[in-house]
Amino acid sequence: MDLKDLYRDVIVDHNRSPRNFRSVEPPRREADGHNPLCGDKLRVYLRLDGDTISDIAFEGSGCAISVASASLMTEALMGKTEDEAIELFDRMHALLTEDSPDQADPVALGKLAALSGVREYPTRVKCASLCWHTMKSALTGGDAVTTE
Amino acid sequence: MNALPETIAPAAIDVAALRSDFPVLHQEVNGHPLAYLDNAASSQRPRQVIDAVAEYYRRDHANVHRGVHTLSQRATEAYEGARSRVRRFVNAASDREIIWTRGTTEAINLVAQAWARPRLKPGDEILITWMEHHANIVPWQMVCEQTGARLVVVPIDERGQVRMEEFERLLSHRTRLVSVGHVSNALGTINPVREMIAQAKARQVPVLLDGAQAMPHMAVDVRELGCDFYAFSGHKMFAPTGIGVLYGRESVLEEMPPWQGGGDMILAVRFDGTVYNELPLKFEAGTPNIAGAVGMGAAVDYLEAIGMDAIAQREAQLLEYATKVLSAVPGLRIIGTAEDKAAVVSFVLEGIHPHDSGTIVDHAGVAIRTGHHCAMPVMEFFDVPATARASFAFYNTEEEADRLVAALATTREMFG
Repeated sequence: MDLKDLYRDVIVDHNRSPRNFRSVEPPRREADGHNPLCGDKLRVYLRLDGDTISDIAFEGSGCAISVASASLMTEALMGKTEDEAIELFDRMHALLTEDSPDQADPVALGKLAALSGVREYPTRVKCASLCWHTMKSALTGGDAVTTE
Repeated sequence: MNALPETIAPAAIDVAALRSDFPVLHQEVNGHPLAYLDNAASSQRPRQVIDAVAEYYRRDHANVHRGVHTLSQRATEAYEGARSRVRRFVNAASDREIIWTRGTTEAINLVAQAWARPRLKPGDEILITWMEHHANIVPWQMVCEQTGARLVVVPIDERGQVRMEEFERLLSHRTRLVSVGHVSNALGTINPVREMIAQAKARQVPVLLDGAQAMPHMAVDVRELGCDFYAFSGHKMFAPTGIGVLYGRESVLEEMPPWQGGGDMILAVRFDGTVYNELPLKFEAGTPNIAGAVGMGAAVDYLEAIGMDAIAQREAQLLEYATKVLSAVPGLRIIGTAEDKAAVVSFVLEGIHPHDSGTIVDHAGVAIRTGHHCAMPVMEFFDVPATARASFAFYNTEEEADRLVAALATTREMFG
């Protein structure tokens, strides 16, 4: 396994300059995500306009995988409906954890497919999935997320 | 036979020969020879320990202190023999002072529940330091909740050393116990435990030392130290997992009630009253980890054969070398720069999360720990979410430190 399969250029780029790395003015929904094992801490903000995500952003600190994943997620979800967001959540989950990554439909995932290399690193899957669980919690009004 | 030239002194430790005792070190990881630099998390086992455990299971296993049959006697002799060897290794006065536990964590919990809990009252204080492992924090927090006592934490300085003037100030007439790490797992700091013990003794305050990180690196003499309790784990000192020791001064252990009930810890059981066993079995309820104890005995034999002073000397060289080469890495900051340190180097790389450097150096076959090292307050003090940590044993080499440095350079390139 080549390290470049994990740290693809798009991941390195999104880690170096994370997109939508800010808060969202109220009215907004938000949730905190925490990976106690490595100390990753994220807060995901989103604003719903009807059932459309009109703004989404995040703040926090973490490893390159978790920061890039959150950055890519905010790009992918901007302007999507709640249902589309949950659908993408399921696809990401499949991409990171299922035995057959084809189920995730890499084409539909677009840029998010850059995270497919993470599945080869079981200890790092939580880094990539933390923001998605946090987003889902913000969307559904759930509690703070931890990955342990 | 080749005689060495007289001008060259023989090395105190033959690293290559010792490495050959450790089967696990001779493998490739991700296409590179393994460089195992995660010894503070868990060390590796020499074949002498592996063989002792296997032999015990092949030939001698039965339950201990139970039967008159031959195997039960052999198992008991092996189990109690290992206790005697550990007693000698730490220079305890008697085998009754060596309690087998699952590890340091269980040993500390034993003291918390069987010594502290029955004694402490609201207003009493337990004194620890800011650099403790969670295993020397949480059991005391639990006791404080149970008794109304208070946990008092001595601050540390920027180098990761206990601020002794604060220790002296916080050690008060309310202090009932001092519990400190002999060596910090996250920082490598060797604490001035002799001075701490002297100050505590002057106030008749008992002292527990968490020796998990000290035992593999230096000679420990519990009587010379003068502590009341000393807790340590087998797996950090080349013995199996799931075995550890609580050393306790006999007079103190005698005053403590048992903390778990069951077989082995009793002399007679009747429904109208049970008679507890004598030390040390009073604290060893249930069938113990006999094979683990056997492995621990083999590990202390192995360490004694090398010599703890020779090990300490060799590791001081490794620490000096690793500190030098790691300090030269651009953007690298060493966390924990105490005057007196064990061979542990915690560090952060500017702009790079330790998890990323951990994964990348693993690709080069170099195993280091990344994370909070079960010492979250230490991470908070240094304002880092996590660190990377290279921790050395006597079987490590300068070349392995160089390989870590080279792998960190790859990390820099990747994120540069």
